[in-house]
Amino acid sequence: MIDRLRSMDLDRKRLKRLGLPLAVILVAFLYPSYVESLQGLPAIGDFVPALGSMVIMIVFTMMAVGLNIVVGYAGLLDLGYVAFYAAGAYMAAWFASQQFDQWTFHFGSVGISKDVPGIHLSIWLVILMAGIFTMLVGILIGLPTLRLRGDYLAIVTLGFGEIIPQFVRNGDNVFGFDLTHGTFGISPIDSPGFGESLNGALGLPVSYQQSFDRARLFYLTALLLLLVTVFCSVRLRDSRLGRAWIAIREDETAAAAMGVPLMRTKTWSYALGAFFGGVAGAFYASFKSGAFPADFFFNISVFLLCMVILGGMGSVWGALLGGMILGYLNVEGLATIGSKFNEAGVNFDPTKYQFGIYGFIIVVMMLFRPSGLITERRHKQELEEGTADTPHYDVTHEGSDTDRNPSDD
Amino acid sequence: MAAAALTQSLDRLRKSGLTDIFGYALLAVFAVWLIGNFVQDPKEFIQVGLIGLTNGLIFGLVALGYTLVYGILQLINFAHGDVFALSGLVASTMIVSVLGLEKDASVLAILGGMLLTLVVIMALFAFVNVTIEFVAYRRLRSAPRLAALITAIGMSFIVQNVSLALYDVNFRSVPSFIPRSEAFAVAGISYSWNKLAVVAITLPVLVFLTWFVTSTKQGKAMRAVAQDTEASAMMGIDVNRTISVTFAIAGALAGAAAIVYLLQFNMRYDTGFELGLIAFTAAVLGGIGNLSGAVLGALVIGFIQAFNEGLTWYTPGSDWTRSIVFGILIAILVFRPEGLLGERTPEGA
Repeated sequence: MIDRLRSMDLDRKRLKRLGLPLAVILVAFLYPSYVESLQGLPAIGDFVPALGSMVIMIVFTMMAVGLNIVVGYAGLLDLGYVAFYAAGAYMAAWFASQQFDQWTFHFGSVGISKDVPGIHLSIWLVILMAGIFTMLVGILIGLPTLRLRGDYLAIVTLGFGEIIPQFVRNGDNVFGFDLTHGTFGISPIDSPGFGESLNGALGLPVSYQQSFDRARLFYLTALLLLLVTVFCSVRLRDSRLGRAWIAIREDETAAAAMGVPLMRTKTWSYALGAFFGGVAGAFYASFKSGAFPADFFFNISVFLLCMVILGGMGSVWGALLGGMILGYLNVEGLATIGSKFNEAGVNFDPTKYQFGIYGFIIVVMMLFRPSGLITERRHKQELEEGTADTPHYDVTHEGSDTDRNPSDD
Repeated sequence: MAAAALTQSLDRLRKSGLTDIFGYALLAVFAVWLIGNFVQDPKEFIQVGLIGLTNGLIFGLVALGYTLVYGILQLINFAHGDVFALSGLVASTMIVSVLGLEKDASVLAILGGMLLTLVVIMALFAFVNVTIEFVAYRRLRSAPRLAALITAIGMSFIVQNVSLALYDVNFRSVPSFIPRSEAFAVAGISYSWNKLAVVAITLPVLVFLTWFVTSTKQGKAMRAVAQDTEASAMMGIDVNRTISVTFAIAGALAGAAAIVYLLQFNMRYDTGFELGLIAFTAAVLGGIGNLSGAVLGALVIGFIQAFNEGLTWYTPGSDWTRSIVFGILIAILVFRPEGLLGERTPEGA
């Protein structure tokens, strides 16, 4: 009897815990069916984002969730996340376009004739490849730099975030080989899709770009990718690895003493955070059907960081919320507000000052609510009680002390 | 698992001293490149080197601002580069619109005007920098270090957008009232007046700063707070005031650097971002927190930039300048985190 009561209680708890997310997912999946009626509403209709804008918002939110793994979970400030975005986008550009027209290779490509030159792999495969490639880039960046302490690490990642886009911009003549097509970027990139045979068997769309339902298809796919990202992110947080990240964030020395391998754990956070950046980049490149070097600049890294901070560092739901809010402002919101200002006769264009606005949000959040909109319990505790972010002993050089402040203990 | 294996092998490499060898190999390649270029065209090499020296001095003024603040707060003050840009823009307004200095004004008017601008801008931006510290960083002094760093990034964007709001996206410049003609020439290598002006402004500032930090009571207090904040507070040093003074000096240096920069180049709202990163790299290269290190690092970066953009023998060219500067930054942090002149601290390694 008691057991049954207890299990009912548990069920109710689980329902409570899952109820809200399930409701949000349902509302999100039905968005294409009611977006037009929402846009028809009088006062707020103008502020409702179109499906195409939603895709971009979701892509950036995915990157925010990925960045949250590095910044939020492991407490490593990464100012070069845009490098992973670029790496993912260019993977799609290399393996699903006519860039390398000296070869012709098709594998699962949709919507184009088989004799089009260039490497054309299925976008689904390319997205996965982009994730793995970006993961390797993350490991390569991480290995020499992750032993550096917080602010040095931030600067080095910033450096990589600047080098990779410059490489992309100048990469049209790498020893005579046109790798990235320089400032022009690479376009068009193949569309996602399932091809004729799957269309015949299951009714799945042949090619997104050529479909009449283009926006809805991209939206649903983006949403699915985001769900997978969030699911992985939550599971990672609760895994052995995730607990190791949080331990390192709170006190590196204590974590090392408990047997957490510092370098390996940090590298994994980099690699896994990068993975989602690569996936998002590749998907976005396929959505826009192009990869352009002008898209990858430092401000994007700060923009993503701002999402994580606004939402609450370390909180997946926070990254989601922050990502959607700022993504909305970036894609449509500020422009809409600007046009409202214009109608009211005020000459002020908020899109021009968008990065100033993000900077303002960062400063205000850090000063007045550093734990973000959706507070993660552990992180709040750290902010109140302080973390020991300087290790006691210099673990890389045996027998030497660090300048850790005794008041931290 | 691959990551773990790689980590271990990297650790082994480090212990075996192979990274050191790799570092020296890099240096050797660099030396060969320098010598090769010198042999190709010695005159051009020295001419370009003089450009590098001048630019290096400007970077040095900005780098000192980073290194002073880092030394005392362990904070990378991202906003510093943007304060530099804003001060340059305001200085251009003052020179062009307020004072109305023209190209053909008398020498006395030019000297007086420049001096007045220098004093006003340095004072104004000392105040601006102190305000930034007071508003944004003071509350976070006991917060985790990354909190202050993130705030500094936000502050950088705010200052940059203030410049954007005030001056829009156009480039600003001042009339070339200091002639770009030859000041002197030795064996066919010339040095122009406007470059000489850079040296004439920068060197006294550097001398004054060195005197201030090493010989005054306030400078001593700064060094004490940098070493140990709590202990110096116990010794009766007003820590808040000392930090404010540091920010004031950094702001004044940014103002001076901006005026010197204006004598040679155009500026706009985002000039400070790139230059700030270069200057920060210079500060790290010299050993962050170390004043003479910052100037040395800045000179090295200035030379490298000038050689890269001005020489011809196996030179990547200006398209790659940013990558090269960051490459140096990364190499320094990996091979010698304490910088050229810094002492080995646990900070980096």
